Amino acid sequence: MPEALLSLRGVRTNIGRYHILHGVEFDVLEGGLTMLLGRNGAGKTTTLRTIMGLWRAAAGEIRFAGRDITGLPTPDIARLGIAYVPESMAIFADLTVQENLVLAARSGPPDRQRLDWIFGRFEALKRFWTLPAGHLSGGQKQMLAVARAIVEPRRLLLIDEPTKGLAPAIIANMIDAFRELKDGATSLLVVEQNFAFARQLGDSVAVMDDGKVAHSGGMAAFAADTGLQQHLLGLGMGEHQ
Amino acid sequence: MTRDWVPLLLIPVVAALALPLVGSPTSWVTLTVAGLAMGLMIFIMASGLTLTFGLMDVLNFGHGAFIAVGAFVAASVMLALAPWMTADSLWLNLAAVGPAVLAAMAVSGALGWGFERVIVRPVYGQHLRQILVTTGGLIVAEQLLKVVWGPDQITLARPTALRGAFLLGDVAIEKYRVLAVLIGLAVFAALALTLNRTRLGLLIRAGVENGEMVEALGYRIRRLFVGVFVAGSALAGLGGAMWGLYQETVTAAVGAQVAVLVFIVVIIGGLGSVGGCFIGALLVGLTANYVGFLAPKVALGSNILLMALILLWRPQGLYPVAKR
Repeated sequence: MPEALLSLRGVRTNIGRYHILHGVEFDVLEGGLTMLLGRNGAGKTTTLRTIMGLWRAAAGEIRFAGRDITGLPTPDIARLGIAYVPESMAIFADLTVQENLVLAARSGPPDRQRLDWIFGRFEALKRFWTLPAGHLSGGQKQMLAVARAIVEPRRLLLIDEPTKGLAPAIIANMIDAFRELKDGATSLLVVEQNFAFARQLGDSVAVMDDGKVAHSGGMAAFAADTGLQQHLLGLGMGEHQ
Repeated sequence: MTRDWVPLLLIPVVAALALPLVGSPTSWVTLTVAGLAMGLMIFIMASGLTLTFGLMDVLNFGHGAFIAVGAFVAASVMLALAPWMTADSLWLNLAAVGPAVLAAMAVSGALGWGFERVIVRPVYGQHLRQILVTTGGLIVAEQLLKVVWGPDQITLARPTALRGAFLLGDVAIEKYRVLAVLIGLAVFAALALTLNRTRLGLLIRAGVENGEMVEALGYRIRRLFVGVFVAGSALAGLGGAMWGLYQETVTAAVGAQVAVLVFIVVIIGGLGSVGGCFIGALLVGLTANYVGFLAPKVALGSNILLMALILLWRPQGLYPVAKR
């Protein structure tokens, strides 16, 4: 049984006067891909931002590789080997594609082989290498945001809605890329609204509802339980395809 | 720095429009050089301010304190080395001006470091408090300057080598203005190279655009901000020293006076944009000189009018920085 690389216990996060997370608890296993699902406003993005230290947990504990990272500054969390792709993508629009990736590679110039692998998955990035990232299309920006997170090997990727607004061909490439990353011992925690994508890719699932994890377990069992999906995600049968 | 060339064209357009209004080509050349020199000095003082705003959204109304301190420190060193300033040897002149400028930059930079720690850091993310507390910092600094250097203005003669003018036919171009243009261009080139050709510059540009994401990539943006704040303060000190020699007088109010122009330039350029700041500063310098010559009574308001016109055209400034 793989160890938990990341574990959240009783995590509460407040934004201003609003209590967003009410004691979130789940694990991301070493080398696994955990899907964080839930309706809009369930607290998925807040959970990722709290893990990254972008919002402070008011209570609870976040452990990464056995170390308590609750309250650590964001750069220190990133330096432990956690990469984050926000829902907004947050690419640097005034920087070129190349500069975005060079900046993300903290330990030196990006590795050539790694870049070739990324270009194999996201060919547009090679084509627009010297173009300011602000000139890319929405899908290309998403590719860049993911590429920036994986330009160097990381232990854990936190990815917020990677397929949002993407064409099916690009989603297929992204699925391949995530599988290869997982095979290469990278763990992933992916927030996703697209259940078909989540079902294809996820090993385990944590479903959030109203700032708490309402269900966690294996993806196969969850995918087979349409009643639970209907209850937690409000999915109809048509959306399972 | 940018691929949008339209704002850059404003500089030759303004200069060309001024030529028939001024009438005399010799006066026009003199005014243009004066405007460029003034603009580049303002750019030196403003470049740090625009970057600190871009990086941390810090509205530092106390930036004028660094300008004033730079002017006073440089004046003190130059007055202490007065015999070298008045000597006929260029090298002795440089031996007086060089240390004066370096001392101005060092003291202003150190003041900037303390200012950031004591005054700015407690009010990160709180714009109203930033305005109040940094304005208070400027007032305190101004009074402290009066305590240390006295309330009277200090007269500061330029070194012998920088007095007088180059004569090109009928056109007289002050030597000091030529030097100011050269230093301003050198500072701009150094900043442009740093921002566009180094990893530090890449970090600063990314941080100006989205500091949170830079932190999520593992970089400590606050440390970067302090570095930029100190460098910007040192540049303000350099600008203050140059401004003192330009005006040939130094008063405690110089910081507040020049800070108005500095803020106009930063707003015109687009908050956080060094390229915009450069073009904005040249436009302000040229406009002030042309309007001062053509209609002295409206000279004071000309820069405000220029800012209003530019903001009507580009509400975020000439080169708005893409924010998260």
